[in-house]
Amino acid sequence: MIRFEQVSVQYEGAARRTLSGVDLTVPEGELVLVVGPSGVGKSTLLNAVSGLVPHFTGGLLTGRVTVDGRDTRTHRPRELADLVGTVGQDPLSHFVTDTVEDELAYGMESLGLAPDVMRRRVEETLDLLGLAGLRDRPISTLSGGQQQRVAIGSVLTPHPKVLVLDEPTSALDPAAAEDVLAVLQRLVHDLGTTVLMAEHRLERVVQYADQVLLLPSPGAAPVMGTPADVMALSPVRPPVVALGRLAGWEPLPLSVRDARRRAGDLRERLAGTEPPAREPSAGALAPLPAPAAARPGLLGRLFGRRPAAAEPVPADGVVARTEGLGVRRGRVEALRGVTLSVAPGEIVALMGRNGAGKSTLLTALVGMVEPATGSVLVGGLQPSRTPPRTMVRRVGLVPQEPRDLLYAETVAAECAAADADAGVPAGRCRALAGELLPGVPDGIHPRDLSEGQRLALALAVVLTAQPPLLLLDEPTRGLDYAAKARLVGVLRRLAAEGRAVVLATHDVELAAELAHRVVILADGEVVADGPTRQVVVSSPAFAPQTAKILAPQGWLTVGQVRDALEVPA
Amino acid sequence: MTRSTGPARPHRALRAPEATRTNALPAGAWWLWALGLATAASRTTNPLLLGLLVGVAGYVVAARRTDAPWARSYGAFVKLGLFVVGVRLVFSVVLGSPVPGTHLLLTLPELPLPGWAQGIRIGGRVTAEQVVFAVYDGAKLATLLICVGAANSLADPARLLKSLPGALYEAGVAVVVAMTFAPHLVADVLRLRTARRLRGRPTGGIGAVLRIGLPVIEGALERSVAVAASMDARGYGRTAPVPPAVRHTTAVLTLGGLLGVCVGTYGLLAARGALYGLPLLLAGLAAALAGLRLGGRRSVRTRYRPDRWGARAWLVAGSGVAVAAAMIRAAGVDPGALHPGVVPLTAPVLPLWPAAAVLVGLLPAAVAPVPAAPSLPPSTPAPTSASEETT
Repeated sequence: MIRFEQVSVQYEGAARRTLSGVDLTVPEGELVLVVGPSGVGKSTLLNAVSGLVPHFTGGLLTGRVTVDGRDTRTHRPRELADLVGTVGQDPLSHFVTDTVEDELAYGMESLGLAPDVMRRRVEETLDLLGLAGLRDRPISTLSGGQQQRVAIGSVLTPHPKVLVLDEPTSALDPAAAEDVLAVLQRLVHDLGTTVLMAEHRLERVVQYADQVLLLPSPGAAPVMGTPADVMALSPVRPPVVALGRLAGWEPLPLSVRDARRRAGDLRERLAGTEPPAREPSAGALAPLPAPAAARPGLLGRLFGRRPAAAEPVPADGVVARTEGLGVRRGRVEALRGVTLSVAPGEIVALMGRNGAGKSTLLTALVGMVEPATGSVLVGGLQPSRTPPRTMVRRVGLVPQEPRDLLYAETVAAECAAADADAGVPAGRCRALAGELLPGVPDGIHPRDLSEGQRLALALAVVLTAQPPLLLLDEPTRGLDYAAKARLVGVLRRLAAEGRAVVLATHDVELAAELAHRVVILADGEVVADGPTRQVVVSSPAFAPQTAKILAPQGWLTVGQVRDALEVPA
Repeated sequence: MTRSTGPARPHRALRAPEATRTNALPAGAWWLWALGLATAASRTTNPLLLGLLVGVAGYVVAARRTDAPWARSYGAFVKLGLFVVGVRLVFSVVLGSPVPGTHLLLTLPELPLPGWAQGIRIGGRVTAEQVVFAVYDGAKLATLLICVGAANSLADPARLLKSLPGALYEAGVAVVVAMTFAPHLVADVLRLRTARRLRGRPTGGIGAVLRIGLPVIEGALERSVAVAASMDARGYGRTAPVPPAVRHTTAVLTLGGLLGVCVGTYGLLAARGALYGLPLLLAGLAAALAGLRLGGRRSVRTRYRPDRWGARAWLVAGSGVAVAAAMIRAAGVDPGALHPGVVPLTAPVLPLWPAAAVLVGLLPAAVAPVPAAPSLPPSTPAPTSASEETT
């Protein structure tokens, strides 16, 4: 169905080829998963199928890409539109119209299908994707999972033979991701659609793949094979595969179900050992940086506002505390009666479905929203009543899109601005950035950094003011396993220094790896709050793969199992 | 009034149904209705009739508007109308008015102006007549605005654009995309403002706005490129092969038609050309329309669920036209009642049958489909918070 013949792609101004010598065939009706670290050209490969590379992006493509016999050199993307459906990384930038039903019809209208055919297919697609109840809704009011399903539906209605998806589940909570994947599987099984999909969260998708296409490193020749074969040599792998490799299972299990069947002996070997308890390294609180008494602004001086005195650290050793916190957005109660406290050195994971109030809680902690009821105290201050300049020394938030934090033209300028913002001696931010992302030149534009590097830079900017409380909103979105591992290392070190870390995440593996405590929010209320193991192991949605495989034993990560196996040996 | 229960029950079958996409009124019907009311308003300065028109428009809006973002524009138009009345009044008081009057209200200090500014007066006598005249005049304009506002809040602008002829479809898409962009831009600005706060910078002030401006524009550019890629990949701009003869005919018809329109208009406006002006203008229009229609053949597009003009749509549009026609007729028969005297001051009288005709404009409140009750809490997280959580 899709043939790549000796395809190489080089973008204008790039020093080396993004893809080189790609030679592969994707048969009809298969679900092929494209894996590999960030920056190896997965998106380029996908866009070459729809013809967007090179017709839209520019660059030089050598070799030949044919889809169902049509050569992308001679067919522009619009002439492939009846054959290939493409959904990019951000569904919001995919939408052309404003309501769900119109969006589903848009592609068919462009292709000029007859009105009765369009009507029938829209109804079928609404049912297939479970969108019937949302048909008249404006797209901007939908949740992330719903938007992703609408985006997939909008390219499905012209009945393409090939579906190309770039990270369809990365932004979704576990339940929404399963919805989307179930739909994809149905398409492959029932309609014989060929699906080509790139995804970082392998633990979610690898079990559905018929074949895996591995791009091991930039410019290297791709490897294609059955999932089990490719996972055996892949540098990126989900926990279930890592555990299988550790235990020496052959062939490698890809799903939790396969692994559980083989895990009997492993469970026996581990029976005698207790999973290590994870405790925050309490008491190691780094001294608060002497707040270089925030100077009031001009207006402040005019009105005789006194510089805020250095506030004492609260005596009970709690970095942040909310008491019956309620937040309203319009008429919606985004948070209701949330009572939570965060101790120094503690890593707390906030979980829950899209729209459960995780981001709102984080924004309340930095003072961007005013509590409607209850109270928030961070470092003894009310965040929404405190000037931003003072607040940055108490709490730092890395937003979902780290790019929002970065304005400057170069990394060096960004760091200088961060030092000035925080009122610290010049050079501190650059030193931090050097630690977090070694080998990045000063002169590069923040936009040209990879996702992981950009996150590290934003983290460095936020940490420049040395806040004792660090908040991260969905930090692992778009990160590959290597970048994630680096992030885990950095956050652990910060916690060991005595900083409290709160992260809102859909990534159950990250929470299992990192968190001391998990707080689950639903509809703006706290529904669970406790040590990671207690909260996570029993939950079908939030349990990491290792826990599912080794249940009822409370192992959370492959690392813990590896340590436990090595100790007696 | 449509939800009445009790004795009216036997007529249940005639009651307006709940609005769905199938029976939704075409945007054009609402616009015809509103323009009819506006035309009626332009024919009178009688404040009682104008008030009645505003009341009719307001009642229909209250009865039939949805929760959609554009539906909130009615309030803005009402405020704009009041503002217009105010401005008209202030100008009349400050700059004086040619309306002669005897009822002196007050005398403002007059600004002495040099000789070359003869005919311009600043300050001076303010008479009741001129104030009343200004209020009547302002009220007329305000009513026009409010009628347009009513159409705006009742008709979905995107659907109005969809009824453009095929050859103009591309222009329509550009406008739709631009309209969906505006909320994105607002969301971007909010997000970047909060990000500024996260870096400990003040969020207000001109400096902040300038600083935010560049990233916002960058983001908008990136998004437009992404949308363009998406549209291309979904078949936007596919064209059907058209025989060269048709293509040339299209070009000739369109160009010739436009030329005819230009010459015809010139003829109409010029002193002596009235003879050939009108026929030429009409012929030019016809040729241009034929060209547009033929040009539509190049596009392969079809329309999904286009608006249908049913009986209810005709009733809504017809009620507006009827109000306009009645008022034009009334202006011919009894101009005095529609333009109450200012000099000498008289109390306006409500002319009976024009007033009754205006009430015909209430028809949509009975026949237009009732918008469905919102299936979700009215304030679903606005685009901003939705994108915060989900993007």
